[in-house]
Amino acid sequence: MTDAVSQSSPSRLAHSGAAMQGKLAEKMAIRNLDFFYGDNRALKAVTVPLYTNQVTAFIGPSGCGKSTLLRVLNRMYSLYPQQRAAGEVLLDGKNILDPDQDVNALRARVGMVFQKPTPFPMSIYENIAFGIRLYEKLGKAEMDERVEKALRGAAIWGEVKDKLNASGLSLSGGQQQRLCIARTVAIQPEVILFDEPCSALDPISTAKVEELIDELRSEYTIAIVTHNMQQAVRVSQFTAFMYLGELVEYGETDKIFTAPAERRTQDYITGRFG
Amino acid sequence: MTSADLAPRAHPQQTSRKLRSAIAMGLCWASAALGLLALTLILGALLWNGFAGLSLDVFTKMTPPPGQSGGLLNAIVGSLIMTFFGVLIGAPLGLLAGTYMAEYGRNSKLTTVVRFINDVLLSAPSIVIGLFVYEITVLQMGHFSAIAGAIALALLVVPVVVRTTEDMLNLVPGPLREAASALGLPRSLVIRHVAYKAARAGLITGLLLAVARVSGETAPLLFTALNNQFWSTNVNAPMASLPVVIFQFALSPYKEWQSLAWTGALIITLAVLTLSIAARILGAQRTSK
Repeated sequence: MTDAVSQSSPSRLAHSGAAMQGKLAEKMAIRNLDFFYGDNRALKAVTVPLYTNQVTAFIGPSGCGKSTLLRVLNRMYSLYPQQRAAGEVLLDGKNILDPDQDVNALRARVGMVFQKPTPFPMSIYENIAFGIRLYEKLGKAEMDERVEKALRGAAIWGEVKDKLNASGLSLSGGQQQRLCIARTVAIQPEVILFDEPCSALDPISTAKVEELIDELRSEYTIAIVTHNMQQAVRVSQFTAFMYLGELVEYGETDKIFTAPAERRTQDYITGRFG
Repeated sequence: MTSADLAPRAHPQQTSRKLRSAIAMGLCWASAALGLLALTLILGALLWNGFAGLSLDVFTKMTPPPGQSGGLLNAIVGSLIMTFFGVLIGAPLGLLAGTYMAEYGRNSKLTTVVRFINDVLLSAPSIVIGLFVYEITVLQMGHFSAIAGAIALALLVVPVVVRTTEDMLNLVPGPLREAASALGLPRSLVIRHVAYKAARAGLITGLLLAVARVSGETAPLLFTALNNQFWSTNVNAPMASLPVVIFQFALSPYKEWQSLAWTGALIITLAVLTLSIAARILGAQRTSK
């Protein structure tokens, strides 16, 4: 546990709705993480935990490394040979940066929703079933059930149930994003990473996605990168403020936004820079 | 600024500019009209002479001996067979090479080298390809054959398919690939299930263009499949093809042969036109999504 958390008083934890403050379990732990794009060091000794069934928000100005950090958590960066991480990222105690880590198995456990909706060029039904089929052999009836469950889980079932065979690309931006969330939820991950999931959406779609994130919290551990500080306040229990590749401050969301310990955090959340 | 500044003033240069613009525009129009005129004349002659000889016989009878009437059946079937096998051999090679270049070796040296050689191959005169295949197959086997013709056509298909495959896969957005990887898909499945699907219309367009390209080729077949006056579907023997028959018949002094050559040319043109239109429609579908 970091200093910021141990500093926080129990009353604040209760206030933030984390009633089980005594038993916050560390699902993932980022320890002393450095990240390099070629020779360019984008993360500097970042240490931050992700607690089970909590939403952790990463905020900070553009280029501060928050998206980079997220892309380490599912080893997305491994797709690109120039990129490299050093340090430790523990998932249930096991370091996922180990060379022997099967990245595809990791990504099945740590799902990701991207900034822009990225439905696959196939039907709505197939967008969901496609991922499930990778991991499970299901009969038609069972598959139908799983697809429905995933779409319900992403609060989009009512809007698409009559056109499951339509192309995923025919949906609106907000619907596409919820389809992508459904697709991620369908393969039953343990952690879900949201990389600015609402930045391409209108306010109504944004509200729906935020509501959804809050509901998903009961089953998953969630990390969200956002440019929108109100969004961080609305959806998260913990917030990490990053600046120029460093973690400036981490703590309960309430505390970060009402009484930040660091000057730079205060300046950022009050809009003095960023 | 005063109102006088805003009033239009007649610059002395302006009239000469307008004149030069008009001249340039006129030249452009004239060039376009000239090009279009040539095309119209060629197509007109083709339609006029081609349709004149078009009859059921063309599709049911073999190429005739000089001075007799007949059809183009063996040539049409020969072209279909050799184009089919040419694409069957060339398309998978091109598809796999293009996939390597776009997906696995995007910035590698090998890709740069292959792309350069592919561009050379793409613009290589087809007669050179014909001679090359003559050297490696006909001379080795000791006789002309349809399979040699198909290999020559395959070598023409490969660079077209490589180019379109690489281009189309490069157009697949990176985030889509990442999204698929984020579900835990291994690279090969990302390519097969997501990248190919997203690029499908473009890939098919490339294939159709390749077919259109080879279906009119004469030179590579002249050195490899030669020609065959009779019905033959034996790929190990010489085989007739439309372009070669047109070449032979058009240069002959016999009326019937010349007429068949026109008709054959019309058939190829219409087939290529159909393929091109199909490719266009598919391409438009891709962009409208």
